[in-house]
Amino acid sequence: MLTANRLRDGDVLYRKGSGWVLMLADAEVYPDQASADAALAAATVETVRNEIIAPYLFEVREVSGKIVPVKEREIIRAAGPTVHPHTGKQAGQINA
Amino acid sequence: MLNPLVKQVDPNMYRYDEFDAQFVGERVEQFAGQVARRLSGELTEDQFKPLRLMNGLYLQLHAYMLRVAVPYGTLSSKQMRKLAHIARTYDKDFGHFTTRTNLQFNWIKLVDVPAILRELADVEMHCIQTSGNCVRNVTADQFAGATDEEIEDPRPLAEIIRQWSSLHPEFVFLARKFKIAVGATEKDRAALQYHDMAVQIVKNAQGRIGYKVMAGGGMGRTPYIAHVMSEFVEREDILAYLEAVLRVYNQDSRRDNIHKQRIKILINAIGPEEMRKRVAREFDEIKRAGTLQLPQDELDRITAYFAPPKFEASLPDTIPEAGKDFANWVKTNVSKHRAPGYAIATITLKTPGQVPGDATSAQMDVIADLMDQFSVGEVRVTHEQNLVLPHVRKKDLPAIYAKLKELDFAAPNAGLITDIIACPGLDYCDLANARSIPIAQSIAKKFENLDRQHQIGELKIKISGCINACGHHHAGHIGILGVDKKGVEFYQLVLGGSGAEDASIGDIMGPGFTEHEIADAVERVVNAYLKLRKDGERFLDTYRRLGMAPFKDAAYEKVAA
Repeated sequence: MLTANRLRDGDVLYRKGSGWVLMLADAEVYPDQASADAALAAATVETVRNEIIAPYLFEVREVSGKIVPVKEREIIRAAGPTVHPHTGKQAGQINA
Repeated sequence: MLNPLVKQVDPNMYRYDEFDAQFVGERVEQFAGQVARRLSGELTEDQFKPLRLMNGLYLQLHAYMLRVAVPYGTLSSKQMRKLAHIARTYDKDFGHFTTRTNLQFNWIKLVDVPAILRELADVEMHCIQTSGNCVRNVTADQFAGATDEEIEDPRPLAEIIRQWSSLHPEFVFLARKFKIAVGATEKDRAALQYHDMAVQIVKNAQGRIGYKVMAGGGMGRTPYIAHVMSEFVEREDILAYLEAVLRVYNQDSRRDNIHKQRIKILINAIGPEEMRKRVAREFDEIKRAGTLQLPQDELDRITAYFAPPKFEASLPDTIPEAGKDFANWVKTNVSKHRAPGYAIATITLKTPGQVPGDATSAQMDVIADLMDQFSVGEVRVTHEQNLVLPHVRKKDLPAIYAKLKELDFAAPNAGLITDIIACPGLDYCDLANARSIPIAQSIAKKFENLDRQHQIGELKIKISGCINACGHHHAGHIGILGVDKKGVEFYQLVLGGSGAEDASIGDIMGPGFTEHEIADAVERVVNAYLKLRKDGERFLDTYRRLGMAPFKDAAYEKVAA
């Protein structure tokens, strides 16, 4: 999958098609390295529009029919701090 | 917000003069312009990143993080209320006190940063040099000006160093960050020997006050204890001497390898003796030029800002009785003050289960009220992520304790096993490999029983979520380092470190534990200590006497715990 941050507020974004969504569950999973690299290349070019920053790819896997990041880092990034469950996307806190 | 029942008090601390106010105001507007240019696309992210870092603005795991400088850990009630207001208005209603005695906001929007910086400037605060390769926020003993152990208050010198190092043209682009601490007692509460450079105020054999200067300490992936550069630098020479150390570092440090750019690497590569020679040469040159003497009248002018408050005479010099819980709190969290009838009260932000160092806006507001009502409008932030009310009347301690209980900040655990330092870790930090805070919480809950904590005695646990060591794990009696093994968090135990006057670097025990195993492993190590200790020995003393083996056997369950 491909992620980035929104420039104006830093919110975590995920790539879907040629746009961005706020929730990992709504985002696109690239089936192979070539399509992932192509998405990253397109996003990197888009950074000149000054809407998103720091795009990068991360690995996911399917667990019980759900797409889950492989690394703990990305699981926490997608949800919010585990120590403050009332904050972040896990609490529905999304910047407008 | 100001409680209408409380009268705001202006403490004796440094106040901006016209130059300071203008300088900070100009920096705010300069950065506001840079933010606007970034948002419009006039600046690229590569161009903007060093500019935002110079203003304490990071991009972290979930959002931007803004680090606010708290010079030598001193805050007025007015500033505390402003931090509460910013947390409430621009963040998610809480802030995090750090091991550099700063305060971090974790959920800041870039578009709000100019407004936040203007709000901070209104109360003489800023975020300048809280990041980047420059001299960072200068820290000091949290008991400064209050303890009877000190030779003199270290804050005037810390303030002078802050002014000298702020936008110093020669040291704005150092090879790496540079951290300075100042102390004035034999007992080291500021982890002096773990700093890039540290100044200890001392008296020489003739009774003259001067400065012992150390350099080359540090944590990170290559920890070192600082070397003494000079046992005694005369008062008027201190800036010249510090400049000489920084100049040698700036000229001679490696810039080709990010892991070898700190002054500790330089000093340990060339040897402390060679470093002292190079510093002495630079110092002589600076002295000959005669441009960097610290005039006594300037020292006096700055010192006057920190004049002790007018302590009331004839106060009762005993602490009232107010129950067992209060007595327990006094035992660990109240320290001796220089003035009869007064005490120093430590507020540990560590009630078992809490996030070490976190405070909500409501808690900050109430602490600001306590500062005004009971501690001449002042509080200190400590590198152990606690707060200190430096000047409280002993007779007021029960009232302070009662209020802290309402805040859930009355844990009687200062210096005990549940008074844990933890970096933000993988819950917030972009660099972290593992979470620190949940480990601190689970250990604190495991040792929640107060009798057991007192039975264990002084035991400092420090947890870092990566090798950068913001949680000071090298200096923990028990240190814990979070590592990433194929995307899964593991935790290494490090034993025998100390950040105090008996500074030492902890030893790595061996293979790490999972997040579910680590608290139990710590408990087995502590149980081994309780079995093995001699009378009066702290954990650290027993470890130093016996070495790693018995604790390793216990941790890995090779012996029955």
